[in-house]
Amino acid sequence: MRKLWRGSGVHLGLCFLSMFAMIPLLWMLSVSLMSPGEASSFPPPLLPQNPTFDNYRQLFEYSSMGRNFLNSLFVASAATLLSLTFNVSAGYAFAKLEFKGRQLLFRWLLSALVIPAQVSMIPLFLMLKGMGLVNSWIGVLIPFVASIFGIFLVRQYALSIPTEMIEAARIEGASELRIFRSVVLPLLKPILITLGLFTFLAAWNDFFWPLIVLTDSEKYTLPIALASLSREHVQDVELMMAGAVVTVTPVLVLFMALQRFYMSGTLAGSVKG
Amino acid sequence: MKPSVAGWLFVGPALAVIAVFFFLPVLAAFAISLTDFDIYALADLSNLRFVGFQNYADLLQRPLFWQALRNTLYFVLVGAPLSVMVSLAAALLLNGQMVRFKGFFRTVLFAPVVTTVVAVAVIWRYLLHTRYGLINYGLDWSGLPIVDWLGDPRFSMPSIILFAVWKNFGYNMIILLAGLQAISVDLYEAARIDGANARQRFFHVTLPSLVPSLFLVGVLTMAAYFQLFAEPYVMTQGGPIQSTLSIIYLMYEEGFKWWSLGSASAVAFILFLFMIVAAIGQLVVMRRYGSGV
Repeated sequence: MRKLWRGSGVHLGLCFLSMFAMIPLLWMLSVSLMSPGEASSFPPPLLPQNPTFDNYRQLFEYSSMGRNFLNSLFVASAATLLSLTFNVSAGYAFAKLEFKGRQLLFRWLLSALVIPAQVSMIPLFLMLKGMGLVNSWIGVLIPFVASIFGIFLVRQYALSIPTEMIEAARIEGASELRIFRSVVLPLLKPILITLGLFTFLAAWNDFFWPLIVLTDSEKYTLPIALASLSREHVQDVELMMAGAVVTVTPVLVLFMALQRFYMSGTLAGSVKG
Repeated sequence: MKPSVAGWLFVGPALAVIAVFFFLPVLAAFAISLTDFDIYALADLSNLRFVGFQNYADLLQRPLFWQALRNTLYFVLVGAPLSVMVSLAAALLLNGQMVRFKGFFRTVLFAPVVTTVVAVAVIWRYLLHTRYGLINYGLDWSGLPIVDWLGDPRFSMPSIILFAVWKNFGYNMIILLAGLQAISVDLYEAARIDGANARQRFFHVTLPSLVPSLFLVGVLTMAAYFQLFAEPYVMTQGGPIQSTLSIIYLMYEEGFKWWSLGSASAVAFILFLFMIVAAIGQLVVMRRYGSGV
């Protein structure tokens, strides 16, 4: 009997926390379907009286949201591809290839994780300005190309590859590149998905750097466009909520679909190495 | 090709990118913080002068800098512990033996973490709306006085903290849940045999075993919270009367609104210094009160 009580207490607590987590998102969805002005009344309506997609239509027809969506999609996909290209081979090498100075170099990199990215951003901006790359896609993508965290994530996973497999391929005369391609990469598949997912979400959600480096509204990604929209159209709650839905839905769907990889990556990334 | 050569070739491209686009800029940021880099220098580098630590000295003279520092510390020192406590509560609930639909609850509680800060900040700005917001409606309904959440300097930072807790608690929850699951059942059994009640088991078994995870979560959360920016940018624009102006917000305005890039770099370095001090401080505290970290 006491067990039953405790069990229901735990469930009550979980339901309460879940409501805390979900109500803002459900409310966003509901308001995005209301007609203009409907949400600005008292008491605040919980559900739309006549659900309508007008806000979405307006968003895509009269503002540049469609364009911003494609920008975000492009930036996040390109960032993912670049990150996989640069970080995976490095992570593997730090785990499995003996070379001089490896341990020291890796420790150096890890200790640099404490440096907040913002410290580098003013000189990076000036550098890109010198190269004429402000307001360019290359400029937005630069911070995502190689990341210490990404290398660390892949290395932790690659440590579990049996060295004998690599040795065996070496004895058979396979080149290091070949070993990497046909032996290592297939084994690394789960962490590739994790790293890809992390990078995609980070690039999609990123705000500070694109805010600095993108000056032309044609190039804005969704968060920048939404932030400027929310400063201009303070009163259009319904429109803003539709914008928030458009911004948040892709990442939520991606997360739901690949949740397993996300969770395992969160844990792997937080284990002290 | 020898594996040692291959190793360097494999790490080379990533290291080169990190060196050129991260390490070099960090060093350059320090150099810039020692100059009077401003809009004139931006137009013509010959206008640049070395000023030593003048930018730092000037900042320490400015009330706005102290305000930003106070606000950021408020956010970190209140927001981070609060976030970790909510995460811990959520993890303890999820770790209950008879919890059903564990996967469902975990997903739901984690969902805010993956959302876009700007988008959900827009949502919360309306939830906190004085006249039409759900939160004030709830207060009014329960007979409590309503609050001008984002318009009253006493409540603006607590509002942003509430939002940050909502957005972030799921992340630490996952790490702490893994920590809880790693605690050996034998320890609980032994404590039970010794006659420890649930409370005692929590304080003498669960909490000490969780010290490494709590330390990790604390450091990560504080580091992230020191970088407060998008939340006030969207929800309050640093106001009212600068009550939510954060250090990074100040750096952004100095650097990219007024183009005082020398001064902005100094702000960035002061923030970095604070982050290091906070991390070391936490390490010391944990060493003293916890088993080995």
